[in-house]
Amino acid sequence: MRIADHRSRVLEIVRKEFIQVRRDPRLLRLVLVAPMIQLIVFGYAVSTDVRHTKTFVVDHDRTQASRSLVEALTGSDYFDVVGTSDRPADLVRALDHADVIMGMEIPRGFAADLASGTGASVQLLFDGTNSNVAGIARGYAEQIVQGFGVNTLSTPISPPVELRERAWYNPDLASRNYNVPGVIGTVTLLMCLLLTSLAVVREREMGTLEQLMVSPLSPGELIAGKTIPFGLIGLLDLVLVTSVALLWFGIPLQGSLFLLFGASVFFLMSALGIGLLISTLSSTQQEAFMLTFLILMPMLLLAGFMFPVSSMPEFFQWATLLIPLRHFLEIIRGIFLKGAGLESLWPQFLSLVVMGVGVLAFAASRFSKRMA
Amino acid sequence: MSAPLNTTRLLAISRKEIIQLRRDPRSLALAFLLPVFLLILFGYAITWDVNDIALAVLDHDNSRESRELIDRFRSSGYFTLKERIEREGDLDALLTGGRVQIGLIIPPDFSANLGSGRPALLQAIVDGSDANTATTILGYTRAIALQHSSMVLLRGAKLATPVTSESRVWYNEELTSRNMIVPGLVAVIMMIIAAMLTSLTIAREWERGTMEQLAATPVTRQEVVLGKLLPYLGIGLFDVIVVSLIGVWLFDVPFRGNPLLLMMLSFFFLAGSLGLGLFISAVAKSQLLATQVSMLVTFLPAFLLSGFMFAIDVMPAPLQAVTFLVPARYFLVVTRGIFLKGVGVEVLRIQGWLMIGFAVIGIALAVRAFRKDLG
Repeated sequence: MRIADHRSRVLEIVRKEFIQVRRDPRLLRLVLVAPMIQLIVFGYAVSTDVRHTKTFVVDHDRTQASRSLVEALTGSDYFDVVGTSDRPADLVRALDHADVIMGMEIPRGFAADLASGTGASVQLLFDGTNSNVAGIARGYAEQIVQGFGVNTLSTPISPPVELRERAWYNPDLASRNYNVPGVIGTVTLLMCLLLTSLAVVREREMGTLEQLMVSPLSPGELIAGKTIPFGLIGLLDLVLVTSVALLWFGIPLQGSLFLLFGASVFFLMSALGIGLLISTLSSTQQEAFMLTFLILMPMLLLAGFMFPVSSMPEFFQWATLLIPLRHFLEIIRGIFLKGAGLESLWPQFLSLVVMGVGVLAFAASRFSKRMA
Repeated sequence: MSAPLNTTRLLAISRKEIIQLRRDPRSLALAFLLPVFLLILFGYAITWDVNDIALAVLDHDNSRESRELIDRFRSSGYFTLKERIEREGDLDALLTGGRVQIGLIIPPDFSANLGSGRPALLQAIVDGSDANTATTILGYTRAIALQHSSMVLLRGAKLATPVTSESRVWYNEELTSRNMIVPGLVAVIMMIIAAMLTSLTIAREWERGTMEQLAATPVTRQEVVLGKLLPYLGIGLFDVIVVSLIGVWLFDVPFRGNPLLLMMLSFFFLAGSLGLGLFISAVAKSQLLATQVSMLVTFLPAFLLSGFMFAIDVMPAPLQAVTFLVPARYFLVVTRGIFLKGVGVEVLRIQGWLMIGFAVIGIALAVRAFRKDLG
């Protein structure tokens, strides 16, 4: 009887909340469309592959040998020659204007040195302003030049130590397979956090929260009624973006979809909890927005979404254990790429359950205290 | 458009905006705190530099030669030997659990092959799930294997490598990721300010019903837009100075160009971004909607599509086309050019005109969107 009462009152609020969302069709559209746009943009843009690096060539030698070196460079997928000249000043200009990232200068006498066996040399110049791209491009370029040299030998020698490399879980080393599952977590978090924190503060700003308080609703019912709709929207968003990842990007899913769903529920609970907490701390929507941002940015940056946690200083590595997104990312990537199950993901699962329930309970108690 | 700009009225709007900002000290504090906070995070915690790679070794050969090779990995400074394993099956669990990032397998005939001049095999199995880290790890592994090879060759007194390449990196000689991040952060932070502060300011007036009051006063829409813009312009420029100073003093980011030029172009870029924020605010009329739209239109493109962290060259063609519409893309050339390359107006002329154009368009959009509502 009592439980039925609870249920009907909570459902009433949920219904009211959905009516409000429906009345604002622009918001509804945004809630459904924005995550998909974000996933597609993130999915294509967040790539740390280094290919098609723009290259400028200054060839002083102009021989068959120098041309085939340039061909070796462009024959790979890694470099695109976008300009050539015989004046080094043009190369400097191109680097200064950020038109190219690499410049190669082949000195006069390159072919002669190569033929005589005295050892030829070329100069490679890099624009280091993007340190990541420059570092990886340098590695590729040096390998290609060296490989070119070995191929010109009349009796090619094989190096004494032969490296045979394999990459597990992601044999082509496609960064998209790693990034897109990460984006799923990130985008859902973003949406859920902003919606919850702002929507609750909006009611406070408009004074309608007071009306709800004087109604016979208990604080628990009010909180449940307010968070359930956002939780459902979050889940819907999650299903949408996961479908886009599977169908549009064709990311292979090795593990269990069911496990992923389970983890998502607890992850969303923690997101709702944080959103609710923010709403208790802010009195205006602007404040709520800025607080959300202040909390979201470090979570995004430290959770291992774009920057590997293992490269951070030890203190930060420990601190990131407090971020639900970090555990969710490990779970979702483990399920997508490694086909991992509970037997290897249980620590992350446990953390997520504790955090999801804990944060939401803490937020709810603070929220009801503020109401009383 | 015929009415001349009345400075008194314009400044009155600015003053009202400042008073409102002051009444909300927490928002104001966040506007100053967030950039510093981001900078510290990027400066201390976040890096793409890969070191301390967790390594597992399976040495079937267990000879002087194989130990020499392992030592070369350990002394390289990049790898930390975490586990020595006995069976290949152990590697599976270590990699799946994320305890090691790479496993090296040295076959039993390694030293025998090296001695007899046959190629000796070295197997490297890397956790490829994080493709970027894996690529870097494989790069180091190749370099070390190559080093070892040439040492073995030199010991046998063979010949010189046919072609050597001499690489030099300009502008950021040590390839420090901080030097890449800080100038980019200047651009991103300005977009955040625009998205967070201005996107709400007109929508708020609509929600609170003060827009009607504003409409009843003799202020023109240009005066409202410019008046609302001024205080945020001040905050944004202040943030640029703070971020630049902290970057240069605390994180040793080089500043090789002209600070005045940076301020001038920042001014135009900021004016354009704020105009865009006001435009969104005027169109959305609801703060909830305005925040979401401004995230999508100002902040995310600046973060993702400007080349701040992710190279534009590898994006698919349609997305590359979109990046041409992202003002932050051009502003990034400005900040990196001035900070790291020390270039001046002669190189940045096109970007300068684009910034001015962006400012004009941003403000014009805001004014136009505003007219409809007041009229």
